[in-house]
Amino acid sequence: MEIKLKINGINKEVTIKEGEYLQSALKKLGFLNVRKGCETGSCGLCTVLLDGKPTLSCSTLAVRGIGKDITTLEGESVEVAKFAEVLTGEGADQCGYCSPGFTLTVIAMKRELESPTIDEIKHYLTGNLCRCTGYMGQLRAVKKYMEVK
Amino acid sequence: MFTIKQHLMAQSIEEGYETLVKNRNNVILGGTGFLKLGNKNINIGIDLSDLDLDYIREDENNIEIGPMTTFRSVETNKLLRENFDGIIAKSVEEIVGIQLRSVITAGATVASKYGFSDFITALLSLNTQVELYKGGIISLDEYLAEEKIPRDILVRIIIKKDGKRAAFKTMRNSKSDYAVLNCAVSDLDGEYRVAVGARPGRAVVKTISNEEVNNKIDEKIEAVVNEMKFGKNMRASGEYREMIAKVLIRRCLEELESK
Repeated sequence: MEIKLKINGINKEVTIKEGEYLQSALKKLGFLNVRKGCETGSCGLCTVLLDGKPTLSCSTLAVRGIGKDITTLEGESVEVAKFAEVLTGEGADQCGYCSPGFTLTVIAMKRELESPTIDEIKHYLTGNLCRCTGYMGQLRAVKKYMEVK
Repeated sequence: MFTIKQHLMAQSIEEGYETLVKNRNNVILGGTGFLKLGNKNINIGIDLSDLDLDYIREDENNIEIGPMTTFRSVETNKLLRENFDGIIAKSVEEIVGIQLRSVITAGATVASKYGFSDFITALLSLNTQVELYKGGIISLDEYLAEEKIPRDILVRIIIKKDGKRAAFKTMRNSKSDYAVLNCAVSDLDGEYRVAVGARPGRAVVKTISNEEVNNKIDEKIEAVVNEMKFGKNMRASGEYREMIAKVLIRRCLEELESK
């Protein structure tokens, strides 16, 4: 079936199979940074923003994206650049595989929480797993990024 | 991964129900976060997301949760944070991450009677009813006690606003994992309602009077736990769960006592 999705403010058409998930539909449309990870809903790699809320695209049916604002990393280039600068400044750069989902969650958190504590940051980011570099550098960077205007 | 032959965006509950009962392999789609872990062959996947069933609201007597409400909404909802000492919201906040909680739905969890559910345990400790499209309104206890999952649609979760104080505790092997055990206790008018879930079977509830607890707390906890069955799975043995149950019940009671 053919569906229309609004991605990063632009309407796109994509042909999907019955029961196909959003991650797969976005990949077909060329959004390759929406990564496929655990596929059990545990790792957060495939995170996109659905009406501004961090959501697992691997567990959201593509048809449920109809009529919603879907945001991938490309749609947040200004904030992504700001966060990347802080992240590298803290020596917290990663291999990059989990970075898109992690970065989108951090951006959503900044909009949702005002001056979050370390515990609130950890709680918000529980659903984003990093398989290589760990978490401490990233936590420092996130804390600093929360103060960036 | 499941397969779906046809996806139906239902335009009414009636249409969803009629489709559901036509074929054993027609299934109501909740968040589909858990469904995707299996390999079910679905004939028609019935989607209720266009029916405005995503709400948390209150009237004079009750708080109502729509079946398509996500756990993230449950977690952040002011009404649920302010009533029953916030245990309904607290019960979902350790479930994996916020991205998954933005997908999982309250209705699918309750309708599926998941044994591992933290949410069901919290609801069971309160005066909770479920409304089924054809089956009408029944208590959650009664709904869970029935072994089979009815071919019906859960259209509403209703929690009586009776001023119950409550506490919720859960034990996990690691953060964001499924619970090894969970426990919720509520207190109203001299009666404690003790719900224990992830045994690993479905949550069950027992009641004890405040007076009994005040006099012989260890004895009463022992008696309540002895009435429950505990089993093993990859996360814990039945014996371990039984020991943890006593600890969590005691902690809930102590929390209620300190409020």
